[in-house]
Amino acid sequence: MSDMQDNGHHHDHDHAHGHRHPFQPDLEDGDYSYYQVMTEAVIELLVGKKVITAEELRSTIEVIDSKSPVFGARLIARAWVDPAFKARMLEDVISAAGELGIDAGAIPIRAVENTTAVHNVIVCTLCSCYPRSLIGLPPDWYKARAYRSRVVREPRAVLKEFGTQIPVDVEVRVHDSTADLRYMVLPARPSGTGDLDEEALADLVTRDCMIGTALPKSA
Amino acid sequence: MSPRFPIGARVSVTRAFPPGHVRTPFFVRGKTGIVTDIVGDFPNPEELAYGRDGLPARTLFRVTFLQCDLWPDYEGSAEDTTVVDIYEHWLQDAETLSQTAETGAREHV
Repeated sequence: MSDMQDNGHHHDHDHAHGHRHPFQPDLEDGDYSYYQVMTEAVIELLVGKKVITAEELRSTIEVIDSKSPVFGARLIARAWVDPAFKARMLEDVISAAGELGIDAGAIPIRAVENTTAVHNVIVCTLCSCYPRSLIGLPPDWYKARAYRSRVVREPRAVLKEFGTQIPVDVEVRVHDSTADLRYMVLPARPSGTGDLDEEALADLVTRDCMIGTALPKSA
Repeated sequence: MSPRFPIGARVSVTRAFPPGHVRTPFFVRGKTGIVTDIVGDFPNPEELAYGRDGLPARTLFRVTFLQCDLWPDYEGSAEDTTVVDIYEHWLQDAETLSQTAETGAREHV
């Protein structure tokens, strides 16, 4: 942290410091990992052998990057104001998303509903399965070993570190997706939001509350 | 074909440690839970990972475990659970297993 604090004071580089300020390392300064080499080699082969074009690769990455928690938030806000929609969403998230013009992809997604009796939280202990089509790319902590191993072992302690305390009479239910399903949490509508319209409600829905590590913002 | 286990069945996860692209987490192997959902049939991802066709398709179950069954020193509510997606070839009927265990015990007397 000390070099961060250095940003605050005035630097006069004419005087002899006697030391060099450490630079933030560039990406290339780390070791070139096995998987980086493999990824680049596979891309070169696929493009070189005309299995895919560089243009297709670029546009696919753009599609992936275009996904964001805004999509999931729109679904949840609609579910909060429309019980029939909520029922359809709990039955089939992909088709419910389609009703709102959102392409949720082909991998089945389950919405798990928070109630006064159950608080849901999602994880993929084996890798990083995540409802990317509705929440975007997972945060680094979701893929980290600390979260993946601890949230099934001591979920209440992990939630507390996120600032989320679940009363002891509410069941904490961890969902571990291992292969063919993805999960998103359907949080409970915050109290005191009776006056808000759907758009304002969607603003209360954060990425973390769809993972289950947080609750929606209050109105 | 009807699924091997109905919703509500008590099932035990095989305690095995094969190599490969295994989709059953270590922490539930050898543990017993309840089938709470039958998701459907999917080509076996443990085979797909090696470029094979994954057929016949396997039924994917959602199995609910009590946290205090998974972790003897679990600190939290006794009602807390973890739900894991597990393929049929990793599951055994827990009732049959415990009967077999009892028979085995009697035979040893």
